Amino acid sequence: MFISSDNSPPCFKDFTLVMPAVAVGNVGQLAVDLIVSTLNMNRVGYIHTDCLIPMAGNNPYATCKEDAEELHTPAEVYTAPELKLAVLQIRAPIIQTKSKKFRQLVVSWIKSSGFSRTVILSSSHAYQRDDRQLEGTSLRYLVTPSLLKVSADALKELGWKEMELVSAFPGLTDANTEPRLCIPGGGITKGLYTDSCSEDLPLAVLLLFCSEGDNIPDAFTLVNHLNDWLHLLDNPSQEPNKWKIPTSWSLLFGSGIPPALF
Amino acid sequence: MATFFGEVLSAYSRAVEEEDDDDDLDENDEDEQIRRELEEKREVHLHWSPEVSESLKSGNKLQCSDFILAVGHNAARFLSVYVLASANWRAVGHASVWNERSRAVTGQTSEESACVFYRHTDNPSVLICQATCYIAEDQLFQWTEKVFDCLQHRELNVTVLSDSSMADYKTADYLCTSSAPFLRSLHTGTFSGQPVCQSLEQPNIITGLSAAVLNHCQVHRIATVVYQCYSDIIGPDSVTMETYKPALTKLGKSIQLASSPSTDVLRKFVKTTDIQSNLYI
Repeated sequence: MFISSDNSPPCFKDFTLVMPAVAVGNVGQLAVDLIVSTLNMNRVGYIHTDCLIPMAGNNPYATCKEDAEELHTPAEVYTAPELKLAVLQIRAPIIQTKSKKFRQLVVSWIKSSGFSRTVILSSSHAYQRDDRQLEGTSLRYLVTPSLLKVSADALKELGWKEMELVSAFPGLTDANTEPRLCIPGGGITKGLYTDSCSEDLPLAVLLLFCSEGDNIPDAFTLVNHLNDWLHLLDNPSQEPNKWKIPTSWSLLFGSGIPPALF
Repeated sequence: MATFFGEVLSAYSRAVEEEDDDDDLDENDEDEQIRRELEEKREVHLHWSPEVSESLKSGNKLQCSDFILAVGHNAARFLSVYVLASANWRAVGHASVWNERSRAVTGQTSEESACVFYRHTDNPSVLICQATCYIAEDQLFQWTEKVFDCLQHRELNVTVLSDSSMADYKTADYLCTSSAPFLRSLHTGTFSGQPVCQSLEQPNIITGLSAAVLNHCQVHRIATVVYQCYSDIIGPDSVTMETYKPALTKLGKSIQLASSPSTDVLRKFVKTTDIQSNLYI
């Protein structure tokens, strides 16, 4: 359920929504962190639901002492009205038995908010790629028919690679088994995509094949890829440090080490 | 996944669905029934004393100015020693949860004593809850919704005391053990007071029941502060318990703290856990 953090509910009409799928290496969530912190987006509300594991912390995008003490919750919505951009950040895993309910909640919120299009940032297990997926770039996309109608030219120009369908039983040539969409380790990505296809929602999935580890480089790859399409920043690849790393990314490998060790 | 030394570990992934199985297709009625029954069994139940449930039934929520919640053994025992032992406190209810960590044959008593609500006989506007049982991740939200549904929200102040291990605390400096135990606070946007300790620094986060309460109070605009105590001792001890003291002295008008608890009381609650280690027998 969306709860506004201000007294007046925000208007999302014709906004583009960018949201992550909780997936391998948390690449989508890291990429969304970069967008929120670089564009100084404002929090406008929370998605308050029993589908996510509760967590809380101080401002993950704090820039100075004054704004550090601000409570943040597992799922929050940020906007940049001048860019007509809204972002849903998800900071906690989805409770396994409630992933379907969460998908339905997100789809119905997208529908009722009037977003012009939705982009899911996601990732998939690199080790489960088939032979065709091993070639070339590790970035893939998927679009629903209703978004393809309006964005076909833009996508053609970008020259992106569409996510391949894989055969259910590799090596067997049986006319009866149709190749299917398979996003291992992608969390709710596939479910959200198929739901959006059947609900006629304009939605795109951008995903990256990766493995668990230090996924910060993957997040930069994915966010630059998204930027090629949405132009949130001008030429970020020429100035690689244009994306601002939030303070919450510190101490990725744990606390400081005892000085007496050396 | 094989490690450097060759042992095979099951790879842990942060993605929820490992295989993108078509759960809609191969689920039959029996599966669904089992799932539904399991869900019913995992439901959180609140049991109030007759007078409280009577007033709740007639639509009157619990009039409460301060709700103090202790999560974990040290926090709960701190309240037992410093607050509940000194004045007239009466148990007014308890919450019962069943999950994977509940023992197969639990006597009613242990389950009932794991999450108890107390009210002061003279000043019923203060409600205390001691939660020492394990509440599973999928039950936290429900517990919070159900408990706060019984409380009057106007002018409500929530204080949560919560135990945590120092291993969960991240800092750029090396923490020497002499600094433990220490307190960190986290509060909602509507909390107007001054916390008695430093705010929890990023990238530290809190999870569990105190996070669920903070989430609920943040979106419903209830003034709430969580005091998280980081300790390097496993099991209850009097030094860790004392760390919580400044958090409650703030509430001086509504709650009386025993300045120095008698050793008898302390001994009762700080059970000798050190015997369990047989390293130097």
